Amino acid sequence: MEISVFIDRENSSRDVVLEDNTKVSDLLKKLNLNPITVIVSKNGELVMESEKINENDSIKIFSVISGG
Amino acid sequence: MDIDENNAEPKIELNCCSRKPAIELHKGSKLCKAHFIEYFESKVFKTIREFDLIGKKEHLGVAVSGGKDSLTVLHLLSKLSKQNPKIKLTAILINEGIKGYRDKTIIDGREFCEKSRIELKVYSYKEELGYTLDEILKILDVKPCTVCGIFRRYLLNKKSRELGFTRIATGHNLDDECQSILMNQFNNRIAESARLGPKNGVAESSSFIQRIKPLYLCTEKEVTAYAFLNGILKEFNECPNVAKSYRAQVRDMLNDIENKFPGTKYSVVNSFLQTLPLLKEKFKSNSPINQCAKCSEPCSNDICNACFYLEKIELKKDIKVE
Repeated sequence: MEISVFIDRENSSRDVVLEDNTKVSDLLKKLNLNPITVIVSKNGELVMESEKINENDSIKIFSVISGG
Repeated sequence: MDIDENNAEPKIELNCCSRKPAIELHKGSKLCKAHFIEYFESKVFKTIREFDLIGKKEHLGVAVSGGKDSLTVLHLLSKLSKQNPKIKLTAILINEGIKGYRDKTIIDGREFCEKSRIELKVYSYKEELGYTLDEILKILDVKPCTVCGIFRRYLLNKKSRELGFTRIATGHNLDDECQSILMNQFNNRIAESARLGPKNGVAESSSFIQRIKPLYLCTEKEVTAYAFLNGILKEFNECPNVAKSYRAQVRDMLNDIENKFPGTKYSVVNSFLQTLPLLKEKFKSNSPINQCAKCSEPCSNDICNACFYLEKIELKKDIKVE
């Protein structure tokens, strides 16, 4: 499946190809993101790394790093 | 939930309730949205009590940048202030003049204060010092964060005193503290570590307004999650001067270690807290605090660091003109 992932640090979305039953942790690994440095929302709700991702889910990744 | 002297981290049940968990803490505790908010707020208010950060009657200044950390502090202290009318709150924002960064976060800060009906005072480098940070960096060949920090702390202290603040609350979190501790260790600047901790300073003086850190025991990830759940998380915006700084490199290193060894940041800060009283005692100054010969602000030398750099700017600027 292909999903669009919004990454706030880049202020843009990326299309990512994922296998079925992929978890948030797999997505972060694929994007080479340290889970300590981000929080993830699925369909507007804060989710854990063990959360499964399905086609049509709206995934947003927010950086926890302070900007200043 | 307890913070004891040997372990600053709060104790919590592994699984809070039957609701779907939204966040996993580093020790494996999984919390739902409501219990995480309760955990976070409880931790902050306990930090305030345990470290005696706020007295019974205060006029607190809250240093706001418009980012998630300072808005979270403002949000929480606003709750406290509503419960206790003897705690007065005013937000203070220092505009350094960093094009494409601060001009954006100021909008977020203003919006939040208007919505929350909190008075906001804004002061700029340009109006107070004569130059924006962008202009200063064109004149001086210095590390941006060093000179920016000096001028920001200078204005924050001066304006806070003029406004009658009893203390200044900042958005510094556990990650910030952990980075500062390690940076001082790596650079053999241990005397500077004596000024760290949940409340700043080694010397007591009426000219210094004490700075307090209510988010001291909250990780950056926890603050972000809390800000997200409370609708405070704003669009990501990074200072262009920060990305390649030494602090940013220490931050990335620490995050890599934390990912491999969860709890490392807590351990660094917790062990530091146990040595902090010794450091404060060792570096306590017996000599009275000087007044800057140029601006009368408190300092340890004849002139303060802000005036030192302002002199350099004037000199270099004239050379450039000639």
